[in-house]
Amino acid sequence: MALIASFSSKRTPNSVPGKTETMTDIISLPNSLRSQPDANGHFGAFGGRYVAETLMPLILELEKVYKTAKADPAFDAEFAELMRSYVGRPNPLYYAGRLTEALRAKAQPGKGAKIYLKREELNHTGAHKINNCIGQALLARRMGKKKVIAETGAGQHGVATATVAALFGMECKIFMGAKDVERQKPNVFRMKLLGAEVIPVHSGSSTLKDSMNDALRYWVSNVHDTFYIIGTAAGPHPYPELVRDFQSIIGKETRAQIMEAEGRLPDMLIAPVGGGSNAIGLFHPFLDDLEVAMIGVEAAGEGLDGKHAASLAGGVSGILHGNRTYLLQDEDGQITEAHSISAGLDYPGIGPEHSWLHEIGRVQYMPIRDDEALTSFQTLSKLEGIIPALESAHAVAAAEQIAPTLDADKIIVINLSGRGDKDIFTVADALGVEM
Amino acid sequence: MDRLASRFAVCKSQGRAALITFVTAGDPDVAATPAILDALVAGGADIIELGMPFTDPMADGPAIELANLRSLGSGTKTKHIFALAADFRARHPDTPLILMGYANPMLIRGGDWFADQCKAAGVDGVICVDAPPEEDAEIGPALRAAGVHLVRLATPTTDAARLPTVLNGASGFLYYVSVAGITGKQSAAQASIEIAVAKLKAATDLPIAVGFGVRGPEQAAAIGRIADGVVVGSAIVDIIGSHGDAAAPFVQTFVAALRDALHIRETAA
Ligand SMILES: Cc1ncc(COP(=O)(O)O)c(C=O)c1O
Repeated sequence: MALIASFSSKRTPNSVPGKTETMTDIISLPNSLRSQPDANGHFGAFGGRYVAETLMPLILELEKVYKTAKADPAFDAEFAELMRSYVGRPNPLYYAGRLTEALRAKAQPGKGAKIYLKREELNHTGAHKINNCIGQALLARRMGKKKVIAETGAGQHGVATATVAALFGMECKIFMGAKDVERQKPNVFRMKLLGAEVIPVHSGSSTLKDSMNDALRYWVSNVHDTFYIIGTAAGPHPYPELVRDFQSIIGKETRAQIMEAEGRLPDMLIAPVGGGSNAIGLFHPFLDDLEVAMIGVEAAGEGLDGKHAASLAGGVSGILHGNRTYLLQDEDGQITEAHSISAGLDYPGIGPEHSWLHEIGRVQYMPIRDDEALTSFQTLSKLEGIIPALESAHAVAAAEQIAPTLDADKIIVINLSGRGDKDIFTVADALGVEM
Repeated sequence: MDRLASRFAVCKSQGRAALITFVTAGDPDVAATPAILDALVAGGADIIELGMPFTDPMADGPAIELANLRSLGSGTKTKHIFALAADFRARHPDTPLILMGYANPMLIRGGDWFADQCKAAGVDGVICVDAPPEEDAEIGPALRAAGVHLVRLATPTTDAARLPTVLNGASGFLYYVSVAGITGKQSAAQASIEIAVAKLKAATDLPIAVGFGVRGPEQAAAIGRIADGVVVGSAIVDIIGSHGDAAAPFVQTFVAALRDALHIRETAA
């Protein structure tokens, strides 16, 4: 398999100092790919804490609180119990037999990998976002903060945050680009029903990146009593680390479930990447298992020559929203607007750990266009009776391209990060259907 | 003594605080900026803060955010900003010039490139809003090597335990952000500023400049009685927002009023 071979032939983290590696390679390689970030929140050259001085003390305090919580079995137990009784975990790992067979029918004889779906879409609120929100709300409570804020694009993270705010009895403000408020009316109403205040953001391009700017502006002005629940594995340290840790429940469950179903690890993991939280949650527990290949799927929008949201394929390293990472930007470092049919992928950056995994070659990132995702949205609905979120449909599209090239005894796991109910209006519109 | 130190020394000898004024480079466009900078100097500004526009100015309120967008919308590029700075230096050899902005536009070509450009254009110091001391390696060493001041920010959330971290590597002056918030209309109570400035003075010999939420002459005068410098930004940027290309004379009148207010400190005290 080309994708697996390509990493093994690069660097191997556990290799002994040998003749084939230079001294610098050996020094710069961590013992485990799972031990990042360093004490200052750096994943290789990425990550860090690029925030205004006003926020620094709070971020340092959050880091301390998180370290203590991470080592506290009571914190872990409460998180686990809420995952079970409130979120509905563990969700199943499902063998997508009809999808697998349909792809085999088009493949060469003996080809067509077996496809499993990790069913994050069955979680309460319909996506993986709730895993992270519960973890962060527990931290907010530990810090004595009774008010939470969040940014949202499509409204998935906003709904998940409003949900946990209701659960914990916290006051909740959601910053949402004015354009997205118009496009995502059902989610706006959901957030209001849950007791949250939705604040339309009119600055900049009035989309996700601007809602993050305004959430940061509000936070700077209200640091004394407000906790910012960031919705993806990005932002200043320690957010990328703690969001990853909370989302790693996806990968841990997948590991146990595939061992039970197949008695071995999968050959490949595929997940969509917006900021990268569901993907890193699935990947992280497998990072040191070099036989497991990983594909992060970026939104290529209208194509990499046109408007898109593929920060790794089309961006360069820069600093935004508290971290150094790959960004879509011009030669002067001005951020360019992203585009994807999927609002959850419509962001000009990516979490710093993905930038690092991309640079060291441990994870391959693959662009998938709007039209490809739209097709897979329908394919999965018809073949498996599962309507995927448009974000997740990007991962399904990647699997549809890769599975037929692999031997039939290979195993792929797709992270079905969310369900597609929120997207039916967008999809109907794109297909020219009157509802 | 360098330009910044001499200017603070002159102000001190005159028994007043330095007037530090902020405008965004290229607002409303690059062609209009030299006249606005000249108006600041003619009005009596001691030190000029020139904002580098950024698409995502996360620490700024609506006034300066709009200025950033006006500037970028009219086509301002980084090369224009350094050209504006170099021309300013030629016209005003003694007035200190500080570039203020966000890390990404500053560092996109690397810290060394940025520091070299600053030095070549006669820029005296840099304020990088989103590069806290923890990320000093990105920008600090390059500026120090080029002999350009890195001006650090202290805020109401910077407590005594953290202050040494902020001061370590700070130079030129220390910028006290008087409100925990963004630039714009919100102002801090005079009493809280006085307590904060006294604490900062006890911790450093650097001049202390106070900014964020300083809107007019009276407030500037009150702060000028306790600080070494007073920074006014949004109030000037609002004037540019209203008058556009024709803003220079209005800016000059407003700055002159600020400067007059600082001058009468001795008589008022
Ligand atoms: C269902 C779903 N999948 C994926 C994403 C992308 O975010 P991330 O990359 O953080 O998982 C989103 C974001 O809104 C989402 O709603």
